[in-house]
Amino acid sequence: MTDALPVGERRQLAPPIDETGPFGWARKRLFSSWANGITTVVLLVAIGWILSWFIDWAVLTANFTASTGSECRGGGACWALIREKYRLIFFGTFPYEQQWRPLFAVVAMLAMLIFSADRRMWNWRLLVIWGVGSFITFLLMFGQLHIPLSLFLFVALVVGGIGLAMRKAIAAPGEMNAYRVLAAIGAIGLVLRLVGVLPAWSLPIAPFSYVETSLWGGIPVTLILATYGLVFAFPYGILLALGRRSQLPLIKGLCVGFIELIRGVPLISLLIMASVMLPLFLPSGVTFDKFLRAQVAVILFAGAYIAEIIRGGLQSLPKGQFEAADAMGLNYVQKTTLIVLPQALRVVIPPLINTFIGFFKDTSLVLIIGIFDFLNTANQALVDPNWAGFPGEVYLFAAFVYFCFCYSMSRYSKYLEVELNKGTRR
Amino acid sequence: MAVEALGSTPRTKVAPWNDPVIRGWVFQVVVVGLVGLLAWYLVSNTVENLARQKIASGFHYLDREAGFEIGDTMISYSPASTYARAIFVGLLNTLKVSVLGIVMATILGTLLGVGRLSHNWLLAKICEWYVEAFRNVPLLLWLFLFYKLISEAFPGPRQAISVLSSFYLSNRGLYFPVPLADPIHIWMGLGLLIGIAGAVVLHRWARKRQDATGQPFPSISAGFGLALGVPFLIWLAGGAPHHMSWPELKGFNFEGGTVIQPEFTALLLGLVLYTSAFVAEIVRSGILALHKGQSEAAAALGLSRGQVMRLVLLPQALRVIVPPMTSQYLNITKNSSLAIAIGYPDLVASLNVTINQTGQAIENVLLIMAAYLSVSLSISAFMNWYNKRIALRER
Repeated sequence: MTDALPVGERRQLAPPIDETGPFGWARKRLFSSWANGITTVVLLVAIGWILSWFIDWAVLTANFTASTGSECRGGGACWALIREKYRLIFFGTFPYEQQWRPLFAVVAMLAMLIFSADRRMWNWRLLVIWGVGSFITFLLMFGQLHIPLSLFLFVALVVGGIGLAMRKAIAAPGEMNAYRVLAAIGAIGLVLRLVGVLPAWSLPIAPFSYVETSLWGGIPVTLILATYGLVFAFPYGILLALGRRSQLPLIKGLCVGFIELIRGVPLISLLIMASVMLPLFLPSGVTFDKFLRAQVAVILFAGAYIAEIIRGGLQSLPKGQFEAADAMGLNYVQKTTLIVLPQALRVVIPPLINTFIGFFKDTSLVLIIGIFDFLNTANQALVDPNWAGFPGEVYLFAAFVYFCFCYSMSRYSKYLEVELNKGTRR
Repeated sequence: MAVEALGSTPRTKVAPWNDPVIRGWVFQVVVVGLVGLLAWYLVSNTVENLARQKIASGFHYLDREAGFEIGDTMISYSPASTYARAIFVGLLNTLKVSVLGIVMATILGTLLGVGRLSHNWLLAKICEWYVEAFRNVPLLLWLFLFYKLISEAFPGPRQAISVLSSFYLSNRGLYFPVPLADPIHIWMGLGLLIGIAGAVVLHRWARKRQDATGQPFPSISAGFGLALGVPFLIWLAGGAPHHMSWPELKGFNFEGGTVIQPEFTALLLGLVLYTSAFVAEIVRSGILALHKGQSEAAAALGLSRGQVMRLVLLPQALRVIVPPMTSQYLNITKNSSLAIAIGYPDLVASLNVTINQTGQAIENVLLIMAAYLSVSLSISAFMNWYNKRIALRER
């Protein structure tokens, strides 16, 4: 009817009530057809039934205050168990009155991760954040650190070397000289230390009592294994990926063989290898901390997966980038560090975070070789005969903690994916 | 490399230390030499350590008596069997749980992935939260949770939940009756194979006829009928033997019938629920990768939403889905090694006991790696073949 009126006399009609607002939304998304409506009703009933049961169990009839397991029995969830055991679950067997140390170590690591998530920090600041953060974390966990002279020399050599390779042609001559001096001090010092001219001196920092790694447990162990697993696996994954793309047949063969071998076997077999075979590989008398062995296995494992992700990034670069770099007369190191990697790594940051989520979950496997990660300390909370019989509560609590970590990381990865692609999307 | 690319121009003479080819070879020899040196160092340490600790080497132990029990065996096994057989039993268990896990996770994951794209908001949200909940928590935690719930929340054998006095659900697992062994079973198995072959032939004929005449034929349901009907007819023809082995409570546990053990149930449940979350994401992104015109054109042709999904979207999405799906299948196989944590006797568990009993860590770890590598490579080979088959054929 309205069509018949001349344009000027048409009245602006409000849209029909059943097409907008919550009504319209429900009609469109929940009851658009008979089948759809039945699905909605069935699902609503099912959700209502499950939720009412769950709320009854987890809140209404739950016991938050019991002091022994027997008081808990018969009712709903026994959250009193978590109240009683949360220190054990979070920090394991770390000396009880010292447990503020792992707490602050976790805070330091989280701060480190959160700062690293900020794109404005993605430059030299990242190195400072990780250096300071790692120092605080391990000082708190161990209580005492003896930093050997050779570590200082090694850091000098690495910083100098990276500076020389990457800042060439960009830096002022003074800066280059500083790198040369650093690298020279590092290299000469290390050689002198190796032949024994320099003594085995180390800088002792000992503000707290020493706590060995076998007493570590809970969240800090999970965080350390996953974070440092990725940090150390990252450079070596880059090398593996570059090796796999190399035109030198022997290098390529070695890298392909290694990557496929590691990716073809389960992490458990590497952990078993680290716990039973590594001692055989080393000369007699040399022993390796169990925690460190697990960390080495995680790094080896992570490197192969990271290499494949980075290879994806390398493959996404157009060939012109490589050719242009060649045409500019850059050598391999310059081409790789100045042209190829900055572009390739930018592409792979979101999938790398997803890999990190995977490792964060996979570190739970170390409990098989007897390391007290977060899942294992949760298991320990079930051992107490006074509180036997409440596995659901403890595992749901642990699952909730894991979920918070992994879900926030996956949201961050999604956000970055959009953020980093802003330039290429219209 | 840049020098070679100049090909046609006469090569300028360069010093050998500036020639990229020579440089490349020197670099390779140095790296391979370093790796070889490291390998030699490790091997020599190992040989020395083995000699000092008087650990035997070689695979002779495989023929010795294993002496340990295995709770779930597909082939006959007793503690008097050899280590080789114990390891083989473990391998079969790994394969069993992997194959079942792959099939079930694919089905559940596809349903969830399609569900996430449903027009029904509630269904889409539920599928989304399922995916988030399962993939953000370690698989091992799910395994512990399911295992503890089954073994602690279910009653003991004496108070078992019984259904029709033939199914018994207790913390020892689910006991149920099975037919007593009968020679007809072999013929029924053969009939099943013939039925499946017939179904494949029928499906090909139906497709050919539809291509030629446009007339559809319900080949899927007819095929299922054929595959199940042939063994059923053989069973009837053989006099319908129906003697069953019934589970009965004897002492502290059931005897007779057969059992699905709690360890197996927890492992399979964990693997399927966890992996299906990843499969769902792969299926969803595969469908989303398709051009919107595909579903609109199919809808314009008058296909129902189910038909659009089944006949138009899924077959095309499969091309995007197959490669990442392959790595999920490999993950299921590798993750089945977590069985060791809840005590299901898979390959790693068998070999771990063998390591503890014989002390021969190296040989056993090598066996673990060799077994998983060959399983992984077979799965990849099969999936690559399948991927090639469904790949888009262009000019």
